[in-house]
Amino acid sequence: MTTKDVLVLQDLLGSNKKIAAEIRAKLGKKGIFAVNLMSSPGSGKTTLLERLCARLQGRFRVGVIEGDIATERDAERIRSLGVAAWQITTHGACHLEARMVGRVLAGVPADLDFLFIENVGNLVCPASFDLGESERWVLLSSPEGDDKPAKYPEAFLSANSLVLTKADLLPHLPFDPDRARREALSINPRLRVFVTSALTGQGLDELEAHLISSRDSLRSARA
Amino acid sequence: MHELSLIAGLFEVLEEKAREAGAARVASVTLRVGEMSGAVPELLTSAFEAYKKGTIADRAALKINLVPVRPRCRSCGGSSWREEAGFVCAACGSRDLEVVEGRELLLERLEVEVDDEPRPGRAADRRRRPARDSPRTPRARQRA
Repeated sequence: MTTKDVLVLQDLLGSNKKIAAEIRAKLGKKGIFAVNLMSSPGSGKTTLLERLCARLQGRFRVGVIEGDIATERDAERIRSLGVAAWQITTHGACHLEARMVGRVLAGVPADLDFLFIENVGNLVCPASFDLGESERWVLLSSPEGDDKPAKYPEAFLSANSLVLTKADLLPHLPFDPDRARREALSINPRLRVFVTSALTGQGLDELEAHLISSRDSLRSARA
Repeated sequence: MHELSLIAGLFEVLEEKAREAGAARVASVTLRVGEMSGAVPELLTSAFEAYKKGTIADRAALKINLVPVRPRCRSCGGSSWREEAGFVCAACGSRDLEVVEGRELLLERLEVEVDDEPRPGRAADRRRRPARDSPRTPRARQRA
């Protein structure tokens, strides 16, 4: 019996990254702008998507992939708006992986403008898994507290945009949006910050304009 | 809690590399885990212990080399940070830091056990001989 030392140096997330790169290339070629939405459960991902879909629908083709541990409820909420939705039920897994998105993608029409991927509600694990998205959003709702960026740095470090939600509740809460913004920017100074309320519509014009201009630049990069 | 997914990814690489090295079994597995990788060493260890059963790494020990965070300042090129102040460059105070090291999750190395080359005449050696009815060892000649 001989013992041998084998130097490997390979990424444990290597196969996820490879599939994510394939998805990114495929979506880029079709000109589909994809957003991966991450946040704790109950921070308002599905409600924000309902509002954004209602605004974009008619002018753009929109699709939504819903990731949940159980049930088709979120996909049904989106479908009731007349928007195409695909549910991924993870049966216990706390995050989406590129492989799961890849399987659904086969049935997604090629002429979409926007594809939203709502990750499983969890502010930790989804941050480690690239899904091949064009952009990553982290949502933070005012009832969760403005200390979350410092406590969950990974999610804020890996995101491109921070969407503060439920801003209509700010008068009733000790949540300081400036502190949340400052803490998030100290972890990731490149974050774009949007302050929104799905109830009053605050900040949704900015978010919509950002989506449309990002999709345009994706398409002009392709041309 | 995504450590089990990471360990599943580990075994994809591990089984391939062990096969390539002609390993009979894996004696130890060394991971390189960044302090900002989002993975918890204790949870990686328990996921590994659960996952290894019945695999080529059934009796393998897991070692984890933790990699501290090493930033690079996009403003001044500095490479240290003041942790107590948040994520701030120790040289110029800029917050525009890039994480150069500390986010990695790598299978660094495997220690594998390889069966020694069998001596002629031993059972393991006989198995390697061409099949009886192959042209190189015709039956007729063996009988003769």
